[in-house]
Amino acid sequence: MTAALSPAPDQDDTRRVALLARLLPLLPTGGLLSDPEDIKPYECDGLTAYRCLPWCVALPDSEAQVIAVLRVCHVLQVPVVVRGAGTGLSGGATPVAAGVVLSLARFMRIIEIDPLARLARVQPGVRNLAISEAAAPLGLYYAPDPSSQIACTIGGNVAENSGGVHCLKYGLTVHNILKLRVALIDGEVIEIGTHALDSPGYDLLALLIGSEGMLGVVLEATVKLTPRPTVAQVVMASFDDVTQAGNAVAAIIAAGIIPAGLEMMDKPATAAVEAFVHAGYDLSATAILLAESDGTEQEVAEEMAAMCQVLETSGARDLRVSRSDAERLKFWAGRKAAFPAVGRLTPDYLCMDGTIPRKHIAHVLTRIEELAQQHRLRVANVFHAGDGNLHPLIMFDASRDDELDRATALGAAILELSVEVGGTITGEHGVGIEKVQQMCLQFSADELAAFRGVKAAFDPLGLLNPGKAVPTPRHCSEYRLTGSAR
Amino acid sequence: MTDLTEQLRERILAASSAAPLCIRGGGSKDFYGCELRGELLETRAHTGVLAYEPTELVITARCGTPLAEIEAVLAEHGQCLAFEPPRFAENCTIGGAVAAGLSGPRRVSAGAVRDFVLGVKILDGAARELSFGGQVMKNVAGYDVSRVMAGSLGTLGLLLEISIKVLPRPVAEATLSFAMPQAVALDKLNQWAAQPLPIVASAWQDGMLSVRLAGARAAIAAAVQMLGGEKVEDGATAAFWDGLRDQHASFFAGMPLWRLSVPSVAPVIALPGETLMEWGGAERWLHSDAAPATIRAAAASVGGSATLFRADSTLKATVGAFAPLPLPLLNLQRRLKQIFDPHGIFNPGRMYAEL
Repeated sequence: MTAALSPAPDQDDTRRVALLARLLPLLPTGGLLSDPEDIKPYECDGLTAYRCLPWCVALPDSEAQVIAVLRVCHVLQVPVVVRGAGTGLSGGATPVAAGVVLSLARFMRIIEIDPLARLARVQPGVRNLAISEAAAPLGLYYAPDPSSQIACTIGGNVAENSGGVHCLKYGLTVHNILKLRVALIDGEVIEIGTHALDSPGYDLLALLIGSEGMLGVVLEATVKLTPRPTVAQVVMASFDDVTQAGNAVAAIIAAGIIPAGLEMMDKPATAAVEAFVHAGYDLSATAILLAESDGTEQEVAEEMAAMCQVLETSGARDLRVSRSDAERLKFWAGRKAAFPAVGRLTPDYLCMDGTIPRKHIAHVLTRIEELAQQHRLRVANVFHAGDGNLHPLIMFDASRDDELDRATALGAAILELSVEVGGTITGEHGVGIEKVQQMCLQFSADELAAFRGVKAAFDPLGLLNPGKAVPTPRHCSEYRLTGSAR
Repeated sequence: MTDLTEQLRERILAASSAAPLCIRGGGSKDFYGCELRGELLETRAHTGVLAYEPTELVITARCGTPLAEIEAVLAEHGQCLAFEPPRFAENCTIGGAVAAGLSGPRRVSAGAVRDFVLGVKILDGAARELSFGGQVMKNVAGYDVSRVMAGSLGTLGLLLEISIKVLPRPVAEATLSFAMPQAVALDKLNQWAAQPLPIVASAWQDGMLSVRLAGARAAIAAAVQMLGGEKVEDGATAAFWDGLRDQHASFFAGMPLWRLSVPSVAPVIALPGETLMEWGGAERWLHSDAAPATIRAAAASVGGSATLFRADSTLKATVGAFAPLPLPLLNLQRRLKQIFDPHGIFNPGRMYAEL
């Protein structure tokens, strides 16, 4: 993937030395890492199956330093991979061999919280959850809540347009960012969006959010804060049949209810989670649904009664409504810990991220099980059922014969299935390097060319996060030989 | 239900920078943006709801489909377009609603057009069919080009089909009114917005604040108790909010009409003329004879922008409909225009002279 960017080795070495010499004086003490031992922690993100050591890691602690690093990389035409907490699951922050990793981990300051305007201005390295914690005394919070919210940063959330378990009601990152201060690859700083609700011209904010670090570097974000609902309650419903559970999801929506969260887990996922967090999940159920209602006390009472009725009518075998906030959090703790819980059962796992029209839930889950058997691997499914976003977790052991290859092939087959039923290869984790080939499946050559055009509009030399998200024509012709690209 | 793709494609292939196209749906927003230039390319006959399953919360329709038809189909299933696109005339289309990017009173709570766009199919300047986004709620494959189409006034491509997220209509609604000056209304609106109250829209004019509540019955009842004010008779509320949404309300008559988009906490803007304030203070309509530069500077000074919404063509030609962009942003937008419409055949100058 990075081959095209890497000149001959000796020439490479000269360029590396020249780069380090230029960067060193720009950064604070300890702000430039190049010793293999020091940069090892940066060799991958949450997609650990792909690793690569960059030339160096830059850890600036001021905006001016970020800009200076970008300028040097621009002049020397060295690729830059921006990194937040490195929790991404698609390899969006996987380093480029002959490149720089630009870590924004030191930008951890919440610059301002304005309770009246309901917004927070934060640096890119601020953790997602830290914003909600800081806003909590004011009765406010930042709504998008990816499962990694304890660790992941707002800069990374912007790059990936992260979702979470509450986005059916509260939206994705793109719905909760008001303004960004962004450095372009040549060091120019632009401000897009405003603290007003819209601004003139094309909606560059929509373009930047979810651009996987390929268009610009976030220097500061203004996020929308939402009033914390007075109460929230969750009901856990057990089903003996996946189709019934899928239909229950549709029935809730058809009843005019938009739950604050609506999650599904299959039996293997429930078993993994229960052994890990002891949340009291029903281990005999084929599928469980978690449906949350939030709002004022009256609203929640009304909505919860309606949801329980729909769930019962849809064939739920057992319903458990949280009786306290502690119990509610316990129910959620299991869902939020699903990835690490599965991680305990297997040396390695791949987390897929397709989104499908909800009506195909049962069909897709059945097909996934068949595909898993064909590939001789186990899969646990957790699912943002409310918005059709599926997270099959493929368990494997990379140290055993061809298991990684089989896992990758199974993952690809699941993505193809998602596209086949009218969905997408990624709902919230991003394309990164993991799914760059499957982009050829979802988009035509002309559409991919348009994406490359967008990239070039911001970064004509293609230095920001090269090789990610948008495949080259060569990627696609190779993929066509093996797959079924458009 | 008619598929006009081939005819539209031929017209695009026949166009050139010397003979550009003026894309038009119902024509109800001809007044919006800068001067119309180019040969008329009507999309009104490219119609039909292509997919709608209420439980998927998505509707897909061809651009020329009347907004009225879409809203009627949704209403049958108790759903709606929560961003309340304005209907300046009965024949307005979904394509025009998305291209103009305008949202109505509920925008402040529900979100704007762009927040609901899930996917588009367009014809670009080379008459190629391109699809971005899709019909599912969450989709981060590729740059989010479909949302950029919202509000681009047809300058990036011809919207053939649009997939939009829909929501259930609120179970109950109520409207409260309060007599108070603008500064007090601003304070109240911002304080209320920081609390979990079912306030979905607001309007202030002539010393009278109207607040619209929507949600569960019990929540509305509790909020009415808590907020006080005067409860407006249910029969009169729909007409009131529709009057704002569709701009039939008498305030909107007359020109020039400015639209100031500002932070909701921006104080009362001291400009001569009449004001109507929506969106919890974040949208301020203004009839004023003040110099355009003064109005634009006033909006900019509080971190917002001023659009010359309705005005005679001379004034628009002189000062432009939209606030000028900083050069680096304008350059990026030019490059985006280049990708999708390299020969500048789509609605040239409708947004900015350079696009």
